[in-house]
Amino acid sequence: MAEHQSINISVYRFNPEVDQKPYMQDFKIEIEKGSDPKVLTLLERLKAEQDPTLSFRRSCREGVCGSDGMNINGSNGLACIKALSSLGTYTIALRPLPGFPVIRDLVVDMTQFYQQYERIEPYLQNDTPAPATERLQSPAERQELDGLYECILCACCTSSCPSFWWNPDKFVGPAGLLQAWRFLADSRDTATDKRLQGLQDPFSVFRCRSIMNCASVCPKGLNPTAAIGEIRKKMLDKQS
Amino acid sequence: MALPRQTFDAVIIGAGGAGMRAALQLANSGMNVALISKVFPTRSHTVSAQGGITVALGNSAEDDWRWHMYDTVKGADYIGDQDSIEYMCKTGPEVVYELEHMGLPFSRMDNGKIYQRAFGGQSKNFGGEQAARTAAAADRTGHALLHALYQQNLKAKTHVFSEWYALDFVMNDQGKIAGVVALKIETGEVVFFQSRVCILATGGAGRIFQSTTNAHINTGDGFGMVLRAGIPLQDMEMWQFHPTGIAGAGTLVTEGCRGEGGYLINKDGERFMERYAPHAKDLASRDVVARSIALEIRAGRGFSSQFMTPHVKLKLDHLGADLIKSRLPGIRELSIEFAGVDPIHDAIPVVPTCHYAMGGIPTNVHGQVLTTSHGKEQVVEGLYAVGECACVSVHGANRLGGNSLLDLVVFGRAAGLHVEAQYLANELPALAHASDENIDGAMSRYRRWLDSKDGDSIPQLRTEMQDIMQNDFGVFRTGEVMEEGLKRLAKLRERLAGAHLHDKSKIFNTEMVAALELDNLLATAYATAVCALTRTESRGAHSREDYPKRDDKNWIKHTLYFAADDSTDHRPVNMSPKFIEPFEPKERVY
Repeated sequence: MAEHQSINISVYRFNPEVDQKPYMQDFKIEIEKGSDPKVLTLLERLKAEQDPTLSFRRSCREGVCGSDGMNINGSNGLACIKALSSLGTYTIALRPLPGFPVIRDLVVDMTQFYQQYERIEPYLQNDTPAPATERLQSPAERQELDGLYECILCACCTSSCPSFWWNPDKFVGPAGLLQAWRFLADSRDTATDKRLQGLQDPFSVFRCRSIMNCASVCPKGLNPTAAIGEIRKKMLDKQS
Repeated sequence: MALPRQTFDAVIIGAGGAGMRAALQLANSGMNVALISKVFPTRSHTVSAQGGITVALGNSAEDDWRWHMYDTVKGADYIGDQDSIEYMCKTGPEVVYELEHMGLPFSRMDNGKIYQRAFGGQSKNFGGEQAARTAAAADRTGHALLHALYQQNLKAKTHVFSEWYALDFVMNDQGKIAGVVALKIETGEVVFFQSRVCILATGGAGRIFQSTTNAHINTGDGFGMVLRAGIPLQDMEMWQFHPTGIAGAGTLVTEGCRGEGGYLINKDGERFMERYAPHAKDLASRDVVARSIALEIRAGRGFSSQFMTPHVKLKLDHLGADLIKSRLPGIRELSIEFAGVDPIHDAIPVVPTCHYAMGGIPTNVHGQVLTTSHGKEQVVEGLYAVGECACVSVHGANRLGGNSLLDLVVFGRAAGLHVEAQYLANELPALAHASDENIDGAMSRYRRWLDSKDGDSIPQLRTEMQDIMQNDFGVFRTGEVMEEGLKRLAKLRERLAGAHLHDKSKIFNTEMVAALELDNLLATAYATAVCALTRTESRGAHSREDYPKRDDKNWIKHTLYFAADDSTDHRPVNMSPKFIEPFEPKERVY
């Protein structure tokens, strides 16, 4: 019989059909000593073994679909790639992503997040006729997109951004702005002026205060603050 | 009680690569389209595709779509439909250039063209030297493709119903499909989507197995829906086991690793693929490599460790840090996360893992769903299937790496084009009238779960099913073991009818979704078991120890499975490409 280790997991619970207000529910779960499960694996086990009503999103379970962003011991991350060992404790608190309305338990309403993404027109725009084959792009030009196109829209960054908490309707937020730069930086995109104009107001870009929570929580290691800096620089270049 | 109705020209179920490519075609033609997806579109499983999209662009070396076709027919072990394979390989370049124009950030060669890498089963000149045919965006091609398609659908203002779960088709008194009933997961609202055309793009069902590269959401929802509508599934015995899933976790490690020069070793450090496939070695077809690994492990030459199943290792460290960081950055991340190994320094523990359904809903080259009635084949009016849920059949008994992404966009687009042409000619099927009773029929399993009072739990039944499939229907199969497995599945099916949904809440009820998914998983597992027993030969991914030889005399044909009476039937394989002579079956060596 393998030795076991107890894990204490406290989970934010709220079902608007039955609960007057949210509460934290404490669970205990045993894992094999020496094993290092991901937080999602523990959640799946809780749901299967202890409480089938526990609600959370998940899909790929390998950190590429962006479904299971949540607040894990005070910091946003993806449950599926957050290893128990990385927490440095056997006591875990799981809460929904901050700054979004809660639908149920760990499931949040991401409407505003998606609206800000859509606002930056996140698709390639090119006003020249497409060639019969590919548009050419040098490896160096393509490299400009590295660190940008990998975004999985998990919202870990935007949900950790105080500027977004204050102005979720007017500040595009780190995820949206990272994608704004992804298209500005693409040598195949010709809508630079229009894109920059759309961001000129005092809120869309300029509410970023370089707090850098976004970069410190991004599960893909991307840096929205740097992208926002590039957008501002480009705006200055255009003005001078 | 009458359900609320919404009316559309076309309803597309599933927002992965195939569904979104079809939706884009239709939205751009001005049709009134609903794209229904149980997850937000970019959470679909296409996002996990890594290595690339195989297409004869000829960027890395001379290439020809006919060579691609030859490799695909051979890879399919000669039960792929040659008209479909021809269409896919020939149309491929055009479709991939479209994706590039949409913004897909492909990796590039020094001359600015799309980068292409070597993948398994690829050859030049009909079986000659290794080709390099797989176009890639680093090792995140599926992610790049899915996001580009979602972005284009935003631009086209496609009407997306995100986090809606399709329950069943509404069949009217004449047996016509009138639309689909779907559940809004967030609120529990149920709506009848009345539509002239339905396109299924619901993906695979790897979750019938205990160990799979597939996302949690790959539960065969489209398979279940067509079976309940009396339509057969085709070639369900054909499941691909990917040679390199990370041992224990099941997460995928792309074949592109071997395309870039990586290779497999056993515990003696031997590059064992040299023994099994002297010519192609580690780049033999996936079925061949998966079987070789299984044999190595069976012979006691696998590695073992405390928290992992016995496995072999994939060696990449000799490729150097620069190449790994630029071409395989996602693999490095996954390997560190899920195997605790940095491939720059150490080999990755891997094991054959269920990856892909070659079988599915039978369709013609336009994606129109086919059924048989009294031995006659016919099109199901207004119903299409594309992508992994379809069996068009371009993959036959074994899919080549990089052909799945191509399949998604080529046939998503083909179905879109076919529907669009009817729309423009004012020839779309009329809306089929559906009575309240007809609509109610599509609600029955939702109600069944809501009314359940006690019985087995959902995870209990799901785990038992996955164990049966893993143990009795894996890489190697035998009749006796499968007979036992089928009996146990039959018992599970009985227990499922009385299983219990604990959570009855209307609000984001994930247990309800899991229950509805379990209906589809078990229907898929059962179809697999019946078809696997029926095919008494070894071909492609279907490897029977009691019938170890390929039997071309009796088995160059598709298997069909009907759920109503668990019966099987057969369809001929298409051997009539339009532009070239068909490729005749011959011995398959790599």
